[in-house]
Amino acid sequence: MAVFAPGARVRVRDDWPETRGPAHIRTPHYVRGAQGIVVRPLGAFRNPEDLAFARPAAPRALYHVRFEQAPIWRDGHPRDNPGDDAGANTQNDPGDTLLVEIFEQWLEPA
Amino acid sequence: MTLLETESDRLLAAVRRLLEAKGIASTAEIAERIEVTDRASPGQGARMVARAWTDPDYRALLLEDGSKAAEMLGIPMRGMPPLGVLENAPGLHHLIVCTLCSCYPRAVLGYPPYWYKSAGYRARAVRDPRGLIAEWGTVLPEGTKVTVLDSTADYRWMVLPARPAGTEGWSEAQLAALVRQGDMIGVTVPAA
Repeated sequence: MAVFAPGARVRVRDDWPETRGPAHIRTPHYVRGAQGIVVRPLGAFRNPEDLAFARPAAPRALYHVRFEQAPIWRDGHPRDNPGDDAGANTQNDPGDTLLVEIFEQWLEPA
Repeated sequence: MTLLETESDRLLAAVRRLLEAKGIASTAEIAERIEVTDRASPGQGARMVARAWTDPDYRALLLEDGSKAAEMLGIPMRGMPPLGVLENAPGLHHLIVCTLCSCYPRAVLGYPPYWYKSAGYRARAVRDPRGLIAEWGTVLPEGTKVTVLDSTADYRWMVLPARPAGTEGWSEAQLAALVRQGDMIGVTVPAA
């Protein structure tokens, strides 16, 4: 398993285990396949994907990963969809980011 | 009658007796934990914020190790998830959400507000954070970048808001009284 230093470019695996059977996943769907930057390691925590099923759960490294907001929403922003009032007058400015805790098994070098 | 049909207070009493009989948790330990949970409120987080605004060393500790900083003010963190703190600064605003469920720094902010767990808040905080913040009446200075923190795993997160102008010379208690729950989630900012 790769070890990532702060500043490392990473990609979240574009994987959908929930389509293959019962799964407990802490990687939000909207970042799967997305590229980000490791901010810092947060330590090691028992793997929730096993814990949730009462299986032996080994500690896994957890990273804080930063993503640009705009590329995450590939279908455009609500302001670009006139029928959607929710975000009519707002936008994701360049430089707006998302910080997400992601376990090592979901990250690969980008 | 199945277990799930049992009256909840009888079920609770039975579980507590079992916890005691098996030496997992005593009546006193359960009472202590209930007391700690009830004492947790946004007032605890506000005390930490006010201390950070008046004591640079405490601010540094708070940003480095939120759990240790909470314990320094007498807030019990034993058995709680680690606390991370993100600082708002000129040009940078933070908003906290848990899109997967309802992770919330209960040890320092108490029970989450009802809307924090709503599907609407959880979806919009990541999809349209600026629109959501604006609906709270919060105006961010032009050029401010927004970072959304999605609390997805083992940490719990709170925002250290910026100290409002016009509070020079205020006491720590006066400052703490300014800080609201929403300021530490990031939907609002404190004002004097």
